[in-house]
Amino acid sequence: MRPFTYQAPADAASAVRAVTRDPTAVFLGGGTNLVDHLKLGILDPGLVVDVTGLASVEITDLGGGALRVGAGVPNSDLAADPLVRERFPVLSQALLAGASGQLRNMATTGGNPLQRTRCVYFQDVTTPCNKREPGSGCSAIGGWTRNHAILGASAHCIATHPSDLAVALAALDAEVRVLGQDGERVIPFTDLHRLPGDHPEHDTVLGHGDLITAIDLPARPIARRSAYRKVRDRASYAFALVSVAAAVEVDGGVVRDARIAFGGVAHKPWRAYRAEEALRGATAADDSYRAAADAELADAVAQDGLDGGNAFKIPLLRRTLVATLRDLAREDA
Amino acid sequence: MTAIGTDLARRDGTVKVTGTATYAYEAPVERPAYAHPVQATIARGRIRDIEIEDAETLDGVLTVLTPDNAERLADTDDKELAVLQSDEVAFRGQLVGVVVAETSEVAREAAGLVRVTYDEAEHDAELATERGSYVPEQLNAGYPTESAQGDVDAAMASAETTIERTYTTAMYHNNPLEPHTTTALWDGDSLTLWDSTQGVHPLRSTIAPIFGLDEERVRVICPYVGGGFGSKGTAHANVTLATLAARAVPGRPVRLALTRQQMFSLAGYRTPTIQRMRLAADADGRLSAIAIDVVEQTSRIKEYAEQTGTPTRIMYAAENRSVTHRLVPLDVPVPSWMRAPGDCPGMFGPEVAMDELAERLGVDPIELRIRNEPSVDPDTGKPFSSRNLVACLLAGADRFDWADRDLRPGVRRSGDWLVGTGVAASTYPVHRMPASTAVIRREAGRYVVEIGAADLGTGTWTTLPQIAADALDVPVSDVEVRIGDTRYPMASVAGGSSGMTTWGSAVVEAARAFRDKFGQDPADGDEADGSVGPADEDHAMHAFGAQFVEAHVHADTGELRVPRLLGVFAAGRIINPRTARSQFIGGMTMGLSMALHEHSVLDPRTGHVVNHDLAEYHVSVNADVTDVEATWIDEHDPYVNAMGSKGIGEIGIVGTAAAVSNAVWHATGVRVRDLPITLDKVLAALP
Repeated sequence: MRPFTYQAPADAASAVRAVTRDPTAVFLGGGTNLVDHLKLGILDPGLVVDVTGLASVEITDLGGGALRVGAGVPNSDLAADPLVRERFPVLSQALLAGASGQLRNMATTGGNPLQRTRCVYFQDVTTPCNKREPGSGCSAIGGWTRNHAILGASAHCIATHPSDLAVALAALDAEVRVLGQDGERVIPFTDLHRLPGDHPEHDTVLGHGDLITAIDLPARPIARRSAYRKVRDRASYAFALVSVAAAVEVDGGVVRDARIAFGGVAHKPWRAYRAEEALRGATAADDSYRAAADAELADAVAQDGLDGGNAFKIPLLRRTLVATLRDLAREDA
Repeated sequence: MTAIGTDLARRDGTVKVTGTATYAYEAPVERPAYAHPVQATIARGRIRDIEIEDAETLDGVLTVLTPDNAERLADTDDKELAVLQSDEVAFRGQLVGVVVAETSEVAREAAGLVRVTYDEAEHDAELATERGSYVPEQLNAGYPTESAQGDVDAAMASAETTIERTYTTAMYHNNPLEPHTTTALWDGDSLTLWDSTQGVHPLRSTIAPIFGLDEERVRVICPYVGGGFGSKGTAHANVTLATLAARAVPGRPVRLALTRQQMFSLAGYRTPTIQRMRLAADADGRLSAIAIDVVEQTSRIKEYAEQTGTPTRIMYAAENRSVTHRLVPLDVPVPSWMRAPGDCPGMFGPEVAMDELAERLGVDPIELRIRNEPSVDPDTGKPFSSRNLVACLLAGADRFDWADRDLRPGVRRSGDWLVGTGVAASTYPVHRMPASTAVIRREAGRYVVEIGAADLGTGTWTTLPQIAADALDVPVSDVEVRIGDTRYPMASVAGGSSGMTTWGSAVVEAARAFRDKFGQDPADGDEADGSVGPADEDHAMHAFGAQFVEAHVHADTGELRVPRLLGVFAAGRIINPRTARSQFIGGMTMGLSMALHEHSVLDPRTGHVVNHDLAEYHVSVNADVTDVEATWIDEHDPYVNAMGSKGIGEIGIVGTAAAVSNAVWHATGVRVRDLPITLDKVLAALP
């Protein structure tokens, strides 16, 4: 392993300054992804700036049903928080569907959405990868694509974003509070991550030195009836083949409103606006849910590859969405 | 009360759970240096140039070895073990260099600074039936490649019912928890190796000639092994590398631990198999023909021929029989032993095919197996020393409420889950190695047994004292056993489930010799030895079992769960019910993992396994393993050995995957003939 300098600044502004002025610097939160990258040779930082001592570990009730979650709140604490469980059950369920108890104890609210893809070619420095080494090519295309995208991929990258938490945050209209060298700004969570396009090396819109300080959850009464459904290749401790975060409001057998996001299928947590639109005013029945899924998946593209590629993810996601909505509507009745 | 059959706690349990058991990497040596391999990044070709200057000049680096400067080994016949002897690259991940440094971190960093350029050649790393293949001279463990009786084609042509299907098993990696590790120390021309191995003596016999040493100059020590599952049964390239590295830094012991990723190209694996099955039967399901044609892979540098077809030779009666094997040589790492070589993959195709035949005929799959129970070994014509497959099937059926089972597939539901049950048979041969010796000595009022045997977590530390106690007719607390060191008498490998039969027989012989010589009141220092005798040649000797599975398939998503797994085994006399149960349920759990999860994804474009870590190479986790129950029937077999025991380390993994596939069919109506059984394979058939 290469030596690096370690700093633990006293406040967020100092941390941002330290990282901003050193292009080889990285922030260290829970370290559950960063340390893997150091071992695998994906990252070679000259400076590691530890923000665990300065990040907020508070969950604050902002009133009216809204919450502010400090970036340092461990995933396990966020999942267990009574207000989160009451107002945003989808968030708690998503967290508990991810990783393991030990990892959730370490991983932070600010760090989790910034974890990088688990594409096996990204994680293997002996294979070309445009995300790791821009311009070197995408080894996943035509390779093992089981965990790869069916929505929003580009000719340069077909990776998926691995976070479960991020899928729930995308569905909940969360907002990200970011401290940069020019001060604080707020980014809608759905704008935090980007599609790969020509620049898969950028997972998010954050600049070098930008630090997430908190994530705000606006009041969303609809989220009290919400759920996270994760489908994976084993019962625990695996990334999603597909996942669905959904909240539905049903009244008199009609869907009044819906919030839906998908995981495991795109370079970013995929907010399913078209499905939501199709559902508003529709009868709360399987046919409507299928129509909503079809609306969202009209542009889905399967990847060829080893073991038959990932074409199965399109029907799997459709079926998972239908089942999730059916269960939620049943609950709501 | 005899010691054999007593439920004794593991003697090594306390040191393991308290973390004081020393494993190979923790060998107590002074000033150890650390090695880190450099691996080829092409699948075939030649090294053009290796630049080591950046690595050599890094602070803390002691030496960098490559094919250019490594010592010439005395014996390079085994191309897997002849590391750094040539500029040829035969598979991706092959060792092309090693860095030795003051710390493992520096060694790893320096290994990343070694620049290797290649003249790359075209490679082929993809197994397929249409690839060029050949018939090996013999299979692993010496089994014949082909066998035939009668005329299978004619029987297929005239039978009332036939099944002809192709089944595949995936590439699997053993993945023991403890990686392959070695500490190597040279003292002049003497070598000490602390190595994580399934056999200290076999390892010594392999390594000594490579370095031109008499065996007496090599000592191998391995009291504890953190799992091997066959991958530590034969020496792999990491042992040669560590030994070579240590010789290059005189006076310094060298430690080498493979990373998990490195284990996927350097520590062996189970070949994928393609199994074409043919069954011919009359309307009652009585087989007139059974045949399996196996295609599997080997490496180009060293042949390994998995004996996949062997269980088909002995399982069921049929006048017309045929077993063939073909090997496809590829530019891939060398395949090797993995828990129940041959029998484990080789009972997938046949046991699903039997279920398909039962389905076709509308016969209960247990009844079908009973109707085809042979009276003698159909392969050799010899009587079985004992064969209680039917008893296992019936005992399991009773526990599993099989009598009430509806044969129809896809008709049961529990909430959102489709429910089915399935059964398959298990078998594993009784192997006895030709040589092993034990010595028994009276020391301070106790009996000390010394033998170079191994305990891979299997229970040897605990079970050998039980055997010795009964053979000496003393309480087990009066017996101390010392194993895992070539200073003790020669012992065979812990492989092929042969340990108890082989070492136990030697211990019994030593006890007899001891009592004959010294009677019931020996003096301190009295000692006698005994060796394993030849195996009975007049009987076919195998353990059998039956595995029952309840499978749930989610009606919406196809997610698969196995809430219940039951194994009933007939494996002779059980030495220790506690360690035996652990062996059986461990094997069954690994079989479940093979059924639903395990699959090394070899990317044919690069020639390496791309899911080479435990995040992406899925083994079943606790949440997948719900209720696993193993039991056994009382079996008395006077022919297998003096204890009446059969090996139990491997049979638990045999048949499990077929039972899961059969249960998934019963739940959904979908036959999954290609492992692993994943949700995408059942999705299209869901309601």
